[in-house]
Amino acid sequence: MTQPEPGAAPVPVLALEGVSKSFGNVRALQGVDLALHAGEAHALAGENGAGKSTLIKILGGVHTPEAGTVRLDGSPVVFAGPAGARDAGIAVIYQEPMLFADLSIAENIFMGRQPRRALGRIDHGAVREATAALMRRLGVDLDPDRPARGLSIADQQIVEIAKALSFDARVLIMDEPTAALTGTETARLFSVVEALRAAGAAVLFISHRLEEIFRLCRRVTTLRDGRLVATEALEGLTEDDLVRRMVGRDLEELYPKQDTTPGARALTVRRLTREGVFHDVSFDVRRGEIVALAGLVGAGRSEVVQAVFGVDRADAGEVEVDGTALKPGSPTAAMDAGVALVPEDRRQRGLVMEMSIERNIALTGLDRLGSAGMVRRSLERSRAADWAVRLRLKYNRLTDTAGVLSGGNQQKVVLAKWLATEPGVLIVDEPTRGIDVGTKAEVHRLLTSLAEEGIAVLMVSSDLPEVLGMADRVLVMHEGRLVAEIPRADATEESVMAAATGRPIKRPSER
Amino acid sequence: MSDTLEKPPPQPSGTARGGRPAPRRSARSLTDLVFRIRELSIGGALALLILGTYLVNPGFLDDQGVQDLLLNSAILVLLATGQSVVVLTRNIDLSVGSVVGLTAFACGSFVSGTQHSAVTVVLLGTGIGVLCGLVSGLLVSFGRVPALVVTLGMLYVIQGAGHVWAHGRQINAVNVPDGVLELGSGSVLGIPYLPLISAVVLAATAYYLRAYRSGRELYAIGSSPEAARLAGIPIRRRVLAAYAFSGAVAGFAGALWLARFGTVVADAANGWELTVVSAVVVGGIAITGGVGTVLGAALGALLLTTIGSSLVVLKVNPFWEQAITGALLLAAISTDRVVRSRTTEALRKRSRN
Repeated sequence: MTQPEPGAAPVPVLALEGVSKSFGNVRALQGVDLALHAGEAHALAGENGAGKSTLIKILGGVHTPEAGTVRLDGSPVVFAGPAGARDAGIAVIYQEPMLFADLSIAENIFMGRQPRRALGRIDHGAVREATAALMRRLGVDLDPDRPARGLSIADQQIVEIAKALSFDARVLIMDEPTAALTGTETARLFSVVEALRAAGAAVLFISHRLEEIFRLCRRVTTLRDGRLVATEALEGLTEDDLVRRMVGRDLEELYPKQDTTPGARALTVRRLTREGVFHDVSFDVRRGEIVALAGLVGAGRSEVVQAVFGVDRADAGEVEVDGTALKPGSPTAAMDAGVALVPEDRRQRGLVMEMSIERNIALTGLDRLGSAGMVRRSLERSRAADWAVRLRLKYNRLTDTAGVLSGGNQQKVVLAKWLATEPGVLIVDEPTRGIDVGTKAEVHRLLTSLAEEGIAVLMVSSDLPEVLGMADRVLVMHEGRLVAEIPRADATEESVMAAATGRPIKRPSER
Repeated sequence: MSDTLEKPPPQPSGTARGGRPAPRRSARSLTDLVFRIRELSIGGALALLILGTYLVNPGFLDDQGVQDLLLNSAILVLLATGQSVVVLTRNIDLSVGSVVGLTAFACGSFVSGTQHSAVTVVLLGTGIGVLCGLVSGLLVSFGRVPALVVTLGMLYVIQGAGHVWAHGRQINAVNVPDGVLELGSGSVLGIPYLPLISAVVLAATAYYLRAYRSGRELYAIGSSPEAARLAGIPIRRRVLAAYAFSGAVAGFAGALWLARFGTVVADAANGWELTVVSAVVVGGIAITGGVGTVLGAALGALLLTTIGSSLVVLKVNPFWEQAITGALLLAAISTDRVVRSRTTEALRKRSRN
């Protein structure tokens, strides 16, 4: 470690003091402090929903804090949008980089800042040369002229880092950059970041993989539920210490999973294939069982469950529910057979935001709520009220629009909507993404009790602790293929991540 | 697994300025080829169409025929150039037809019985067009109202205003000063002014879009508005400018319309907005923004106009023109989708090995 001792540099390059930010009713950050020093790698730890993304977006000029100060070299600043932060030398690399798919890598890097010739004309040659030079410096072979479309996530991040290099970023902020990378790619990224840090850049690093935090960083700031837990040197800490600070509660409480004895096969998927998306996926889910479908972003998990439910048509393979083959490409047939899909993006696919809570809940069973094509309002209302109680929904009136609810409560409405169809097979896609820890525990409790009632649950999740805490079996996908099936007893963070990143780890219990 | 690290160091870029293509076909040449294919195939279709019509009726390509072809397509090419700039930003301007009508009529009223010069008329038309474009642009960019709704509303508002003002009157060519009419009928070296003007505007726009930061930013906005925001591009200002440009071009076209026809009514270019959008899309500009060139759009406009003229020469019922335009539009959009997914796949493979 050649990093300076904590506190060696008196004035931080970039600092937050008592920063708060809310979205609607949700308080994302409350009075958080953070100081980033030149030449030091700093880690930001916290669970999903702890406020890390909000903090980054404040540093990156995307959000303005409601209270508190952002300081650049000791003086308070208010960034005029992302461009203001960039001009101050702050580069943010988001988990899923946002590039201009139609434009070349060179244009992506220099957009708005292209070197110019006389009369303000872009010097395309210089842009290309500068990009080629950046690529050489990063040691990668990417053609500056190829469009960003089709780049792997790792290469997209390289483009973002090249962009940071191109304006000599003094602060490099990375939001889970390694989540979708293979081992080699992670190593390449780390050597680049280490070089930047050694050259004097301040680095803020976010990762769910704690060993990476210990490998790269000197100090760590932990957030929980939008509040600062601690900022401390990593030296002398253990991974368990960090987890305790992040979680701040019993894991048992968050993942109330009981062992169950699985019943008959409820859902059978055989050799399901969709060209270019996923290949030859076979698995089954039994009654009373929670099966998790794990993998990296883009591994094809959501696509598989959508094909199972019939939203997308598979090119080959079949799906059986209780031994009867489902008509392919027909969500109606799937619903009739007792399958429910709670989709990933509840804002776009799960809820009609402008409609009332009760109408949203009633949407899936309209024909059961009346006769001759008419819906009876009283039935609609009583059903909604039933579910609101069962799911401990927090709301003012059932006639409020769904949009006013917090993320967690919206998710409960989506669940209610599908549970009202009394499914035998429940498919949930990222059931707790972006919802607070308290509601998360409730959703988990609900899923567990549903499984105990004999429902077969298939859960797509990127939240590793959730996968490990909830699932009876873990199916892991990598680049469109099902690469591992790990029973609860053998499922660890390492075994799942190894399979998800395609790292060949030989274990007797696998395959 | 990435094995990019084991690859030889990047060779001196084969597609560097002025250089010949590298032995290894670069990703750029692949995508370039895709777009060139589009322009080449439209050019080819155009050539075939002209040749076919010529074989049936050689009069199609005599001096007069060529002049007619150029004159007929000049205004559509101009409008397609303006529309392209808006569509590139993932927006649309449906008001152009009514702007042409209004400015043609307004310019006509202004010059009737006077001796104003062509320059004055063109400036007036362009000015009115800019105002219309600014209104649409402000509503779309700062008002955050969807472009389709705003410009559809503007289409009707401008059309209505034109009708109220004109009150059934029309501008007669006899009252329009000769200097103005000369702009529409004169020529240099046998080439009429109008297509020359369109070509100049087209070339200038093409150069601007390629060589200036703000031009590239229009592509960026259309390609990913979210990324454009993070890159600090002043999206609203750029979109506003795009609409002002489209309006200016439409107003300019209105003045030219007066110069060419002399006799105009208030709803002169009624329905042209859809032809313009069709030309742009047929010419390879993605309706979702970020992709395409104004040159392609101009070829699209040329193709649509030529189809119309050919059908007349071939004595085909002119109603077929619409059906053919529609079919072309659908074909263009379908090929775009197929080509895009194919190239994405090819590029993805390229980044893996």
